[in-house]
Amino acid sequence: MYREDFPMLKQDIIYLDNGATSLKPQCVIDKMVDYYENYSANAHRGDYDISFKVDLEYENTRELVRDFINAKRKEEIVFTSGATDSINLIVNGFFANLLERGDEIILTKTEHASNIMPWFRVAGNTGAIIKYIPLDENSFVTLDNLKSVVTPNTKVISIAHITNVVGDVRPIKEIIKFAHENNIFVVVDGAQSVPHMSIDVTDLDIDFLFFSAHKMLGPTGVGILYAKYELMNNIEPINLGGGMNESFDSTEKMILKEIPTRLEAGTPNIAGVIGFSEAIKYLQKVGMDNIEKREKELRNYLIEKLLTIPHIDILNLESDSGIVAFNVEGIFSEDVSYYLNKYNVCVRAGNHCAKLTKDVFGIANSLRVSLYFYNTESEIDSLVELLKNKDKIMKEML
Amino acid sequence: MDELKREIILENFQNPYNKEEVKSEDYKLVNTRNPNCIDNIDLYIKIEDNIIKDIKFNGEACAISTSSTSIMIKNLIGKSIEDAKRYIQNFYNMCDELEYDEDLLNEGIAFQDIYKQSNRKNCALLPYRGILKALEDYEN
Repeated sequence: MYREDFPMLKQDIIYLDNGATSLKPQCVIDKMVDYYENYSANAHRGDYDISFKVDLEYENTRELVRDFINAKRKEEIVFTSGATDSINLIVNGFFANLLERGDEIILTKTEHASNIMPWFRVAGNTGAIIKYIPLDENSFVTLDNLKSVVTPNTKVISIAHITNVVGDVRPIKEIIKFAHENNIFVVVDGAQSVPHMSIDVTDLDIDFLFFSAHKMLGPTGVGILYAKYELMNNIEPINLGGGMNESFDSTEKMILKEIPTRLEAGTPNIAGVIGFSEAIKYLQKVGMDNIEKREKELRNYLIEKLLTIPHIDILNLESDSGIVAFNVEGIFSEDVSYYLNKYNVCVRAGNHCAKLTKDVFGIANSLRVSLYFYNTESEIDSLVELLKNKDKIMKEML
Repeated sequence: MDELKREIILENFQNPYNKEEVKSEDYKLVNTRNPNCIDNIDLYIKIEDNIIKDIKFNGEACAISTSSTSIMIKNLIGKSIEDAKRYIQNFYNMCDELEYDEDLLNEGIAFQDIYKQSNRKNCALLPYRGILKALEDYEN
């Protein structure tokens, strides 16, 4: 199913690191090549035909993204260089101006570095306090646990919809409802969820959402920031310069453009954004509900097989996304990944950019398999076969 | 990798020499890690009168890093700083495909072919970077 659309899959590899980045279908690559070969002009000019076409294609992607996450207005979508860029803009362009000494920022210890480090700095600069939602025995977030840390000083909750190591799907709808009843903003890291399930920002009532194109079949170097219109309008641009100003003069007066352009200074990643349009269309063609369903099947299949191997410890058995974290007893995770690499199996080893997770699991490092809809049962069989024989791993990992 | 070298590495990985945490103030602590992977080792070093009296280590690291640390420790204990530096330089030379003296290496010879895997060369050199820093600090 769909595998023939992905040039990378013509190689003899088993790619199981989709949480890091996804493979790209031919249509995405072709779309970018088409831009470079046939209308390679800058955006925001429109003085000549090919530039006008760039603007049309670029803005068409924005409309596709709007529709994909069911935002109300196009102005609620800003293109950035990636999810990391998006969250840094949210934190530094919005919350840095809002937070005061003693205000509370609520995170969890299983967040990705990008959803922790910007908050550390803004807390340091403003005197705000970082608190973590206590996690349950499965390392999950529950509404009750969230309530136990919220106080009248809580200003923002920033959490992943799906975490990149534990792979738990957070109950964000309930969390957002509770947060809004208490005048708390909610920032959602959608990097591991938007590529894998249908997300409706209007239904969920999300304040801020950020994610990356490259984890959802799109090019690298493109990120998306969604914010509700009023909130987006209050994000202060971090980058000033070309494309985002209406005028400036020698009295140092600057008039900026409206959103979203105001927040996209400089020449954007035009080829990437335009290429991303094909990724969205492709995902819509496959259907997000089908993708979610297929990944659940694959996950269940993988878990069922791994459970038959006594020397495998699964760390997130109860999670229900396509992310499976595990260790081979007595063997360091990186050694196992080196061994698997000899058979062209790509999995991730390490702490997966979630360095606080060790406080939760008590285990700093693990192997992570992250599935996408183009993976197959037969690829999982190959992986499992390689993991079955511990002596073979020991012998061949060096 | 040939069988004998593999056995040396595995033996030192599964039964590493002097792998224990040290609290004593007689030991100086140096952390050494690879920024691009997850190897993270603490070395505890006791030097008296220019002689390395003892080294212990602790931490999380792959088979190559762990066994390289174990083997390095076995070879450096009892050496003067000068002799230790000679051993270290010789090991570096082997990893960097320069001229080196096989006879000085003892079990360290197990990493003779590590240069062929550039990503794992850093694992083998990890403890050496740490000990060099400790020796530098001692001399200053």
